Amino acid sequence: MARRHFEIRTQPGFGLVALFTFAILYLPIAVLVVYAFNASESVTVWGGFSVKWFAEAWNNSAVQDAAWRSLVIAVFAAVIATFAATMAAIATTRTAPYPGQGFQYAFINQPLMVPEIVTAVALLIVFSRLKVWTGYSGLGWLILAHTAFCIPFAYLPIRARLEGMDLTLERAAADLYATPWQAFRRVTLPLLRPGIIAGFMLAFVISLDDVVITEFVKSGGQDTLPTYMLGQIRRTVTPEVNAIATAFLALSIILVTGFFLINRRKT
Amino acid sequence: MPESAGASEKRVAIEARGIVKTFGQGANALRALDNVSIVIRENEFFTLLGPSGCGKTTLLRLIAGFEYPTEGAILLYGEDIAGLPPFKRPVNTVFQSYALFPHLTVAENVAFGLQMLGRSKAEIDARVSEVLALVRMQELAARRTDQISGGQAQRVALARALAPSPKVLLLDEPLSALDYKLRKEMQIELKRMQAETGITFVFVTHDQEEALTMSDRIAVMSKGRVLQIGSPWDIYDKPADRFVADFIGETNFLSAIVLGVADGVAKVRLTSGAEISATLAEGGVAEGEATVVVRPEHARAVKDGGQIAGVVENVVYFGTDTHIHVRLDDGEMFIVRQQNSRTQSCGFEVGDRAGVEIDADAAQVLKD
Repeated sequence: MARRHFEIRTQPGFGLVALFTFAILYLPIAVLVVYAFNASESVTVWGGFSVKWFAEAWNNSAVQDAAWRSLVIAVFAAVIATFAATMAAIATTRTAPYPGQGFQYAFINQPLMVPEIVTAVALLIVFSRLKVWTGYSGLGWLILAHTAFCIPFAYLPIRARLEGMDLTLERAAADLYATPWQAFRRVTLPLLRPGIIAGFMLAFVISLDDVVITEFVKSGGQDTLPTYMLGQIRRTVTPEVNAIATAFLALSIILVTGFFLINRRKT
Repeated sequence: MPESAGASEKRVAIEARGIVKTFGQGANALRALDNVSIVIRENEFFTLLGPSGCGKTTLLRLIAGFEYPTEGAILLYGEDIAGLPPFKRPVNTVFQSYALFPHLTVAENVAFGLQMLGRSKAEIDARVSEVLALVRMQELAARRTDQISGGQAQRVALARALAPSPKVLLLDEPLSALDYKLRKEMQIELKRMQAETGITFVFVTHDQEEALTMSDRIAVMSKGRVLQIGSPWDIYDKPADRFVADFIGETNFLSAIVLGVADGVAKVRLTSGAEISATLAEGGVAEGEATVVVRPEHARAVKDGGQIAGVVENVVYFGTDTHIHVRLDDGEMFIVRQQNSRTQSCGFEVGDRAGVEIDADAAQVLKD
C-alpha cells in the first residue's frame, strides 16, 4: 500500500488548536471594539450602546495633537525609509552575487534582530547628547529614529518583488536604446510599484504603532498616539482608549484593504 | 575559414575578430569563446549552431552588448562596438523568453524602442502599425501581453525588435518555446520577414534542422570554437570534421586509407579493400589513415555487389523511408536510408547478407 502523504489538516485536534489560536488572537480585539461603544464609564461592565467615547476622543485636544504628530512622523519616516529601502534593494539584487552579500542582507535587516529596547536606549543616549549640541529638539529626531527602524520593513517586500522580476526585462529595455535611468523609470519602477507600495504601508504601520523607541527618544510634549494611550492607561482606564484603538484598527484595515485592491488590479 | 565566393560581394555587416571570452578567474576560469572570428554579411540570414554550452549565446550577447569580450574586436559596419553599452548599439534582440514588458500593451511594447530614440508621436504610430502588420498582430495591438498566446508573444517580440529598424537583428533561440507545428510556421515567417525587411539576421539555435532550412550560412560551434562556416549545403554534404558530420543529420563513419589526391578528389581504400573516390575537407588528410563519411541516403543496400558488405541487424520503418542497419564485416555499423514504395518492401530482413553500394561523389574525407 502506498504511504499516505502527511496531511496536517487531518491530524486529531487540529481544528481545536486552530480555533483556540484564532480565539486568542481575535477575541480580545473584539472585546476592545465592543467596549469602545459602551455608554458607561467602565471597560468591563456594559452600559448600553453609544459613540460618545469616539466623540470625546475626537474633541480631546491632546488626542488630536498626538494623532497629528503620529501621522506626520509616520508619513515622513515611511517615505524616507521606502526611498532608502528601494535603493538598497536595487543595489543588493541587481548585481552578480558577490562575497559579503549575505552579510550585507543581515546588516540591512539588523534592526529586526536587535531587541527594540536596545536600540531605544542607544538612541536615547546619542540623541540626548545631540539635542544638547545642536540645540534642536523638534520632531526631526523622532522621524530619524522611526526611519531607521522602518527601513528593513520596507526593504523586505521590495527586495522580494525585485528578486521575482526577470532581469531580462531590463536587458530588453537597454537593447531598445533605454539608458540605465530610462530603463529604471520605464520598466523597473512600474514593475516594482506593488513592492514599493507594500513596503511603504508596512513602514507606515510600523511607525504609527511604535511605543518603545518613541517613548525613549521623544522630548517633552512630543507624545504620539501610542505613547499618549500608554500614559492614559497608567492613570484611569476609560473607554476613550478603546475608541482610539478602534479607530486605529479601522485605519489599518482600510490601509491593508486598499493595498490589496490596488495590487489585485495591477496584476 | 571556408567562405563561399559568391557572398563576398556584399558589405560586411558584422565582424567578430579573435574574440575570447572567459568567465571567472584563476583555476575556475571558463573559456566560453576561444579565438572566434566570424564575418556576417549584409542581408544575410546567419545562424550560430551548436549544442548548449558551445558559446553561441555568449557570442550573441557580445554582439548585443550584454557582455564584453575579454579579447578581440566586434565591428559593426567597420566600427568597433565591443566597448559600447547595449543602448548605444543599433542592433536589437529577440529574446528566448521574449521578455515583453508585462505592464505595457502590445503596441506600447513595440513602440518602446522608438520612444527611447526620441522619435515623434506620428512617426512612432505609423511605424508601430507597419511592424504589427508585418507580424500580423494588428488586431491585438491593445491587448496586454499576458492576454496573448506564446506564438503571439513571439510575434510581438519580433515586432518590437524590428520596429527601430536595427542594422542587425539578433535572435536567441526564439522558436524553442513553441510547439512543433507553430515552430515550422514561424521558420517560414521569419524567412519572409527577413526578405521583406532586408535586415541582417543573426540566429542562434541548437536545432540543426532549423538551421538548415532557414540559413544562408551557418557557423557550427562547439566548446567555444567555430568548427565550420558555410552554406547549409556545404555543412551537410561537406562536413569538415567529425563533430560537424555527427551533429548535423545522421551519418556513417568509415575508416579508410587515403591513397592519393588528384584535382581535389581523393582516392581512398576502405577496409573491405574497395577503392572509392571522395571529396576532401579543407585542410584534410592528403595521405594515410583517415575517416570517410557517407550520408545514409547516399547509399543503397543491394543483394549482390557493393563496395562494402555485412549482415542486416535491424530494419526500421519510418513511413517515408526505411533505415537498414548493416553490421559491416569489419565490425562497424552502416545505416542505409531507402525511400519506401507502396508496393514493395525494402527487400531485406534481419540476418540477411547485404552489400552496400555507395553513390559516386557521396563520400567526404574528414580533417580529423
